[in-house]
Amino acid sequence: MHVGLEHYLTVSFLLFALGLLGVIMRRNLLVIYMSLELMLNAANLALVAFSRFNDKLDGQVLVFFIITVAAAEVSVGLALIVALYRRRQSAHVEDLTSMKL
Amino acid sequence: MKYEILPWLILFLPLLSVAVITLFTLRSKTTSSLISIGAVVAGFVLSIIFIGANGFHPAVMEISKNWLTIGDLQIDFGLKLDALSLMMLLIVTGVGGAIHIYSYGYMRDDEGFSRFFAELSLFTFSMLGIVLANNFIEMFIFWELVGVSSYLLIGFWFEKPSAGDAAKKAFIVNRLGDFGFLLGILMIWGILGSLNFGELQNGMASNATALGTMATIAGLLIFCGAVGKSAQFPLHVWLPDAMEGPTPVSALIHAATMVAAGVYMLCRILFLLNADALHVIAYIGGFTSLLAALIAVQQNDIKRIIAYSTLSQLGYMVMAVGLNGPTPAMFHLTTHAFFKALLFLSAGSVIIGMHHEQDIWHMGNLRKKMPITFWTFLIGALALSGIPPFAGFYSKDSILAQALEQKSYLLFTVAVFVAGLTAFYTFRLFFVVFSGKEKSEHASHAHESPLVMTLPLVALAIFAAVGGFIGITNNYGSQFAADHETLSFAQQLIEPLHAPIAMFIGIAVALAGIYLAFSLYKNATSDPLPAKLGVLATWMKNKFYFDELYEATFVRAHDFIAAVCDWIDRWLVEGFCIGLVRGGTDLTGRALRLVQTGNLQTYAFLFVLGVALVLYFVLK
Repeated sequence: MHVGLEHYLTVSFLLFALGLLGVIMRRNLLVIYMSLELMLNAANLALVAFSRFNDKLDGQVLVFFIITVAAAEVSVGLALIVALYRRRQSAHVEDLTSMKL
Repeated sequence: MKYEILPWLILFLPLLSVAVITLFTLRSKTTSSLISIGAVVAGFVLSIIFIGANGFHPAVMEISKNWLTIGDLQIDFGLKLDALSLMMLLIVTGVGGAIHIYSYGYMRDDEGFSRFFAELSLFTFSMLGIVLANNFIEMFIFWELVGVSSYLLIGFWFEKPSAGDAAKKAFIVNRLGDFGFLLGILMIWGILGSLNFGELQNGMASNATALGTMATIAGLLIFCGAVGKSAQFPLHVWLPDAMEGPTPVSALIHAATMVAAGVYMLCRILFLLNADALHVIAYIGGFTSLLAALIAVQQNDIKRIIAYSTLSQLGYMVMAVGLNGPTPAMFHLTTHAFFKALLFLSAGSVIIGMHHEQDIWHMGNLRKKMPITFWTFLIGALALSGIPPFAGFYSKDSILAQALEQKSYLLFTVAVFVAGLTAFYTFRLFFVVFSGKEKSEHASHAHESPLVMTLPLVALAIFAAVGGFIGITNNYGSQFAADHETLSFAQQLIEPLHAPIAMFIGIAVALAGIYLAFSLYKNATSDPLPAKLGVLATWMKNKFYFDELYEATFVRAHDFIAAVCDWIDRWLVEGFCIGLVRGGTDLTGRALRLVQTGNLQTYAFLFVLGVALVLYFVLK
């Protein structure tokens, strides 16, 4: 069976949807975070697939940027979550509603 | 012209004093009072220097600076310097100065001492502005400033509701008159195209019918201003209530200067008034003087009696203007400033000596206890009654003579009758307060006032005694009539003999009035008049029910209009128009607030939903 662009994109879409579902449904901040990473990587997969099938390297260059930014973002985000946990003794989103008046 | 800077200094020194007192020295009583007294006394001295250098008819009659130009309307800020304004300058700063000094003693225990002097200075500034103004707009601005400072001074003891009400009444009634005044000014400008007194006078001199058919209306509209400020019928009701202010205020504003502003203004613009307008003015003046004199007969508050007497004398002056006699009017204004300020200040001295008792039927036998006040009051009373050789005799006689000369016999009769009444109520007050028995505990313990209060009394008493023959008429006469001949000292003394009928009748009714007061009140302990006059006395006592009449008509009508406006504002504007907008915004806000759950994941979900929607529309 020939594996075409559609297959890659389908996988990418499924990964993205899973990640989105995780972000929306899960309660734990760490898991939400992991889901976010999943969404980023779904985007990466799509970019690489496009790059491969269009014979252009732009998409792969963009992926490198995304990986770098994601790494930086993870370090900052995790630090924030740790700090939040130390302060509130909880990492659950339903406890974090102080933005509401 | 020499010392051109002096008039500017005289005008602006009091304003400077207001600024310094309110900004810096409000805490220091003595400094504040000295600054204020200094400003007005300096004004007096500078006026004398200026007049000494230039005489009463300076070479340059006007100094002015262009203030603003709108289209072809050019408004100057200028000073008019002629015999009329220079004499008024002397009166305002001279009598005002005496009253400022007196206030230092009268108000010394008051909390708002510094504020009082700041307001006095503000008033002096405004009054000097009216006197020196060389055009209608400038005069109107100062006219209103006088209204404001009078409002502040009448309501000086604002914690008393009656004082607050009186201040409001004075201001609002004055505004009624000023509305007409402003209309008159606009009309003059519209027809003649100028507001400068000098230009207007030249214009009228070259073309006497320039105002055409509107002459009478314009004149009467301008007269409205004088009706308000000089408290003529039917706007006379504010002046007696204004007695709620401190006594020096009554002396300064409601005897010597502010109420005189109306008469001064009429004399300043006399050339604009035609015969019909003058006729109305004369009869309103005569009626006011009669009405006020009748009311004064049955008042028991020492200050109110003098207030009604002021009304009556103002009516006299307005009547004189209406009889085409600006010289007698201004002459009477000047002598009245002396003796009425004197009477008010003496009354103030009595009130202080009686520990703030104002009912004359609680006084009595103060002659021994307050000798200086007794003598100064007597001089003031004699001058007011028109007994020779006191100042009031000469000025009142000149008005009576003017009425005869104009063959206005009705007004002459009224004036004579009022002269008799004046002597009667003045000496009723005098006998009840100063002779007879003590009618209360306070009267037995009364004491003379300190020197700072009695000295101004003595100074004013001297002028009230000799003011009739020191050349005042010469100055005014030279202002109003080109062919006026200057009278020597001796000629002035016997001037009334030119109209012997007026003189002898005047003296006779004055003496009759005094004799009647003497026989009725010499040893009276209560008023015998109500029993004799019956209903009339009740009407006099209740001021002919003018306050009640206005209350029932104008105030009620006004309240009704105000209630309608209030209803429209409350229900139509506020309730419907504003309420719709406000309610709509409120409802939308409440609905949108439901979206703000504070839950991170809801936001994320909505965000995704939004992206999905955008994608749908973009990619469709």
